[in-house]
Amino acid sequence: MQVNGYKPLIVAFCCNWCSYAGADLAGNNRLSYPADVKIIRVPCSCRVNPMFILRAFQRGADGVIICGCHPGDCHYTSGNYYTRRRMAMLFSMLDYLGIERERTRVEWVSAAEGAKFAATMNDFAEKVAALGENKRLEDLRCKQ
Amino acid sequence: MQRIGVFVCWCGSNIAATVDVEAVSEALKLEPGVVFSTNYQYMCSQAGQNIIKDAIAEHKLTGIVVCSCSPRMHEATFRKTAAAAGLNPYMVEIANIREQCSWVHKDVPTGTEKAIILGKAAVAKVNLNAPLIPGETPVTKRALVIGGGIAGIQTALDIADAGFPVDIVEKKPTIGGKMSQLDKTFPTLDCAACILTPKMVDVAQHENIRIFSYSEVEDVKGFVGNFDVTIKKHARYVNEAACTGCGACTEKCPQKKVPNEFNLGMDNRRAIYIPFAQAVPKVATIDPNYCNMLKNGKCGVCAKVCAAGAIDYTQKDEYIQEKYGAIVVATGFNPISMDKFDEFAYNQSKDVITSLEFERLTNAAGPTAGKLLRPSDGKHPHTIVFVQCVGSRCDAKAEKGKEYCSKICCMYTAKHAMLVKDKYPDVDVYVFYIDVRTPGKNFDEFYRRAVEEYGVHYVKGMVGKVVPEGDVLKVQASDLIANKQLHIDADLVVLAAAIEPDKSARPLATKLTASMDTNDFFTEAHPKLRPVESPTAGVFLSGACQGPKDIPETVSQAGAAASKVIGLLAKDKLTGNPCIAHSDEMMCNGCSTCERVCPYGAITYMDKEFRMPDRTTAIRRVASVNPAVCQGCGACTVACPSGAMNLRGFSTQQIMAEVDAICK
Amino acid sequence: MSSNKKFLQEELTRMSGVNPKKCMKCGKCSGTCPAYDEMEYHPHQFVSMVESGDIEPLLNSKSLYRCLTCFACVDRCPRGVEPAKLVEAVRLVAVRKQGANHMTANDVPAMLDDDIPQQAIVSAFRKYTK
Repeated sequence: MQVNGYKPLIVAFCCNWCSYAGADLAGNNRLSYPADVKIIRVPCSCRVNPMFILRAFQRGADGVIICGCHPGDCHYTSGNYYTRRRMAMLFSMLDYLGIERERTRVEWVSAAEGAKFAATMNDFAEKVAALGENKRLEDLRCKQ
Repeated sequence: MQRIGVFVCWCGSNIAATVDVEAVSEALKLEPGVVFSTNYQYMCSQAGQNIIKDAIAEHKLTGIVVCSCSPRMHEATFRKTAAAAGLNPYMVEIANIREQCSWVHKDVPTGTEKAIILGKAAVAKVNLNAPLIPGETPVTKRALVIGGGIAGIQTALDIADAGFPVDIVEKKPTIGGKMSQLDKTFPTLDCAACILTPKMVDVAQHENIRIFSYSEVEDVKGFVGNFDVTIKKHARYVNEAACTGCGACTEKCPQKKVPNEFNLGMDNRRAIYIPFAQAVPKVATIDPNYCNMLKNGKCGVCAKVCAAGAIDYTQKDEYIQEKYGAIVVATGFNPISMDKFDEFAYNQSKDVITSLEFERLTNAAGPTAGKLLRPSDGKHPHTIVFVQCVGSRCDAKAEKGKEYCSKICCMYTAKHAMLVKDKYPDVDVYVFYIDVRTPGKNFDEFYRRAVEEYGVHYVKGMVGKVVPEGDVLKVQASDLIANKQLHIDADLVVLAAAIEPDKSARPLATKLTASMDTNDFFTEAHPKLRPVESPTAGVFLSGACQGPKDIPETVSQAGAAASKVIGLLAKDKLTGNPCIAHSDEMMCNGCSTCERVCPYGAITYMDKEFRMPDRTTAIRRVASVNPAVCQGCGACTVACPSGAMNLRGFSTQQIMAEVDAICK
Repeated sequence: MSSNKKFLQEELTRMSGVNPKKCMKCGKCSGTCPAYDEMEYHPHQFVSMVESGDIEPLLNSKSLYRCLTCFACVDRCPRGVEPAKLVEAVRLVAVRKQGANHMTANDVPAMLDDDIPQQAIVSAFRKYTK
């Protein structure tokens, strides 16, 4: 994916039970999406610590997307509700810091929604690419 | 430092066509910790697995990364391979370069670049992996069944027949539930009592079954395999062991004006009573709200007539502690209250009744001894109107009624109509329906028989209002097919009231940490593949507590729940998932945040002694995770403000390392 | 469905706030209607005809003015469809086409009569004004 010659770096956190399986299904059906999307498997979307997202932005990610089971379908009954609330808070804070809303997203993708997974990634990558390079968050705790 | 081996799979051409596997294995060789890297056509084949086993032995590998298909496909395979070579299976990580790389990207440079990055992330994670050993917990070989209706009875009998002890807790004085109140059952029209009461006797006589009647579950602690349950046995003021059930007391009791709940208040019972003749246990119970002796100390007739000396006015509620390995919920249903449905005049006329009241009215053991008589004047009715879907299939926002279809009403209404026509062919029977829903073996045939053979008038439409006028009920309804409004002078109106879960289910769900839907039906672990298990491990569902059900369905679900319980109790030890949360006690500040977010109640707090730097000891409150209950979602790890909670197999450090590897 | 019909249908659902798709065709509205026999099209038919876009016959029907706006159907509909509101919306479309109000406040004193319930006056205002 390139928009105005810029190739973004996107980190996707996918829950093991729904979205990771949805990503597998997209693969099974050969539905293409940009290679800029790199998936990290987590047991549940609620395992995604806001620190992971901050770290990704510190290290140069241009967009972060979190995918979980649809509300009410969480394998762990209520994990995705925590995700929804936590990320609403985090994203508004990131917005305040100058990281545009379009660079962060929470999306519900079930194990049967391979097509939705691919479509979501295409759309997200396109929006992030259009924004161009991200401002890199600086980690003031420990310069490496 | 780990010694990591990387194994890149071609998957025939599935991966190799879009990913330069040679380049991937070469690139990953340079990653920290990697001491060996290779690629092969089919890693999952026997030959491929042997390459892995040999490499583990030869290079003394402490961790391996397999770049191949999805971990959902072959993670288990490669873990077994590692275990066979003496490596802890949790030291294996999979980089998904097929489903999430070669299959979705078209050209080789892009695919190869992404595969290398995914491989790097897996290597970074394995560097921080630690060997994990699944925990084991013992299993208490005893089951608890909550609810003694047909669902509970069947579950208990099936478990007991397999040789495991079972306790039934029933809040009423007798087991039997709703089915004991029914007259006939569809679609065979055999009498409910004839098929239920033998089962009740089986329960009473089974050496593996104990019945706690007139009891409720007070408290549940523990987890799968090891539940600690407190059962509250209400005082019935009769010594259960001594009472012979002769019924002398129930005949002599002077307090005769107690509404009989077994007949839904359509007749009266005494203050000391046995709910019905076939009750199990057949023991009298004193109703403290009506007994003169208990209320003001003046009477004592029952104690005088009791030859067994079983009456004990000083009896107190009793609490019983017992350990269980599994719990089955079978709390059943109730018809909803008709109070808000003013249009049907339920509270204005005695001749407007619910279907369950109708069951008692046609039952030979009911208030009219089986004669179909109007409750108001005891006359024989000539026109009966049945109204279906009263309170079922309502709008979610409606202030009365339920959103779901109650499922059983179409069939029992057809049954009622047939029973009426069978006994009294002169009666005109109208059934107002919205849809007739009769899926099930021999169900539609049954309904058609009501129409074709018995001549029941089925009218597509709904009753708008019922107005009592003199001794008739003026029924105004629409007939949608004829496009007419009908006005019928009925003698009896029967409302097919929606059913709802028993009121005791919600507090019970809280005690069990089992989840419920918005209608207070228990949720199953998976709606299709795990329909009799609750998401809470060790809690199983039987009967209408999970959703509206008829008797055949309830019995089959009860059997299914029993087989799941037997499968659990047959094990001596339960092996857990080792990828669970654990807390660093030195960092935990005892705030209880994790305890509140845990959906399984797996986290408890305890006071623990710590040795301080100045050689004193201090007691601190710290979190402790029960490994048998934790399912490893990780909600607590994020909620923990001090960073003490971590998840094995998906630790904060591991995921951070993956993020770093991807963003480098 | 023609674009004109579609427009009218959308206009009616917007004005009334009624979603005719929620109807499960039980007929309780018509079962409860006190003016049923006066009406050529009955409450359930209003809902189903608006749903199918067959609105023209309703606009020309006397049923519009026979509805008592007693709201019994609104109260009793199990699905919360509120047929009387739909009838009222159809009536408004018809009345607005005819131009001016057909009843003003000045007309009321002349009509007052001990036998007429106040509700009927209110109801008449609903029916004959925009």
